[in-house]
Amino acid sequence: MSENNEKKSLGKVFFNGIIPENPTFRLVLGTCPTLAVTTSALNGLGMGAAATFVLVCSNIAISLLRKFIPDQVRIPAFIVVICTFVTMVQLLMKAFLPSLDESLGIFIPLIVVNCIILARAEAFASKNGPVASAFDGLGMGLGFTLALTLMGSIRELIGNGSVFGWNLLGASYEPMLLIVLASGGFLTFGLLMGLVNLIVKKFERKRAEKEAQAA
Amino acid sequence: MSLRISTAPHMHNPLTTQRLMQFVFIALLPTAAWGVYAFGFSALLVLLLSMASAVAAEFVWQKIAKQPVRVGDFSALVTGLILGLNLPATAPWWMVIIGSAFAIIIVKQLFGGLGDNFLNPALAARAVLLASWPVHMTASACVNPTFFQAGVDAVSTATPLGAPGTFTLTQLFLGQCPGAIGEVSKAAILLGFLFLLLTGVISWRIPVITVCSVYVCTMLIGGADWQGALAAVLSGGVLFGSVFMATDYVTSPITPWGQVIYAVLIGLIITLIRLFGSYPEGVTYGILLMNIATPLIDRLPRTIYGVKKEAKKA
Repeated sequence: MSENNEKKSLGKVFFNGIIPENPTFRLVLGTCPTLAVTTSALNGLGMGAAATFVLVCSNIAISLLRKFIPDQVRIPAFIVVICTFVTMVQLLMKAFLPSLDESLGIFIPLIVVNCIILARAEAFASKNGPVASAFDGLGMGLGFTLALTLMGSIRELIGNGSVFGWNLLGASYEPMLLIVLASGGFLTFGLLMGLVNLIVKKFERKRAEKEAQAA
Repeated sequence: MSLRISTAPHMHNPLTTQRLMQFVFIALLPTAAWGVYAFGFSALLVLLLSMASAVAAEFVWQKIAKQPVRVGDFSALVTGLILGLNLPATAPWWMVIIGSAFAIIIVKQLFGGLGDNFLNPALAARAVLLASWPVHMTASACVNPTFFQAGVDAVSTATPLGAPGTFTLTQLFLGQCPGAIGEVSKAAILLGFLFLLLTGVISWRIPVITVCSVYVCTMLIGGADWQGALAAVLSGGVLFGSVFMATDYVTSPITPWGQVIYAVLIGLIITLIRLFGSYPEGVTYGILLMNIATPLIDRLPRTIYGVKKEAKKA
């Protein structure tokens, strides 16, 4: 019974990061990389994957260390843990994906100060066990990756006529340059956030109606 | 029985939104007519398409959002016409439609519809189009060869701002120069301005002060003589922008002194962008920036009625 309960809650912890508390569209965290690197779908996916790796690893490490870290110095301790994994990601990327490393540039080392990772360390990993923390990191990371890839795909499609480098709109399409510029990032972000909130609200209203009918 | 409660003063004003928009529409007709005369049939097509697509965008959005459909108030029609007048006659059809849809749906309706937009919709759409397709937006082919070089059917040049000294002041004033459809003839714009003044739709303050500000700033900062400064006022969209777009009720300050600050700063920004910026023209960004600053300007101290001013201590 208790095991069953735990599984359900792990699923909930996992899905929490994808839609209900999506870090990008619902919590509005990590907006700096969101706006800066989503000029193409591949950049969005690469950034999301790197952040997910760091998030899962740092969540597990911090959860394991949570009883040893004194409360007063917990933020510096979290940062040191996160730094370690970010350095690993950066070295790996430089070695195996040099072109992606070049296009993401400074935003890879900046994962250290990504609010999502620090927020999950503070709000979840320092209070929960390693398994739940891993699921939380995975869900949040996937939510972040999905949001970034979606935004990157939309911006690449409109601003360049392609998605993941595949030309979808033909040679006669004249790309809308604005969307891949900085202002286009804000525009796409705002519109998508509005849309996601609209959909989530609709779902919540429907669920509330169903619950009211059942009760 | 339903009682309507509203605060004083209770004044009846016959000038409804619909009426206002009709007046603005009429005031835009001279410059539109000149544009069609100077740039030919394609200019007419651009104007008709931009008006039709703006009204259609408003209609479709209000249907989707389940709002009362209010396309009859002429505001979408005026937005469409102003946007069309801001485009070159050679604008491709899809660019016109995207511009209208952006102006109505994203700038106007998503921020709450008429009266709640923080930017002038037509101008914001122009800025988006300019940043997205700069080549199409700055191309300015003239089809009426008598104005330009004899024996050439279509002359494609930069706007007068890109090549100063190419056109005389009279040519600039009458509109015998390339540019967007509605901005070329200053004479026709002044006709529309007079009409708006006489009908009481706008006050003289914002247009006149903006133009004076451009004149003075060009002299002071650019070191131009009176002719050069006059050419700067008559080139590009200064007159069109200051009469028809800077005066938008929703996005300009309410108080007289606020309007003065607003207009002076628009002129300053236009001149700075023209002289030092990478764009040849700064009217669009000058007005848009001050649109954004309008809520701040409106919060400046203003006269409060019924309160005595404290005497200054000597």
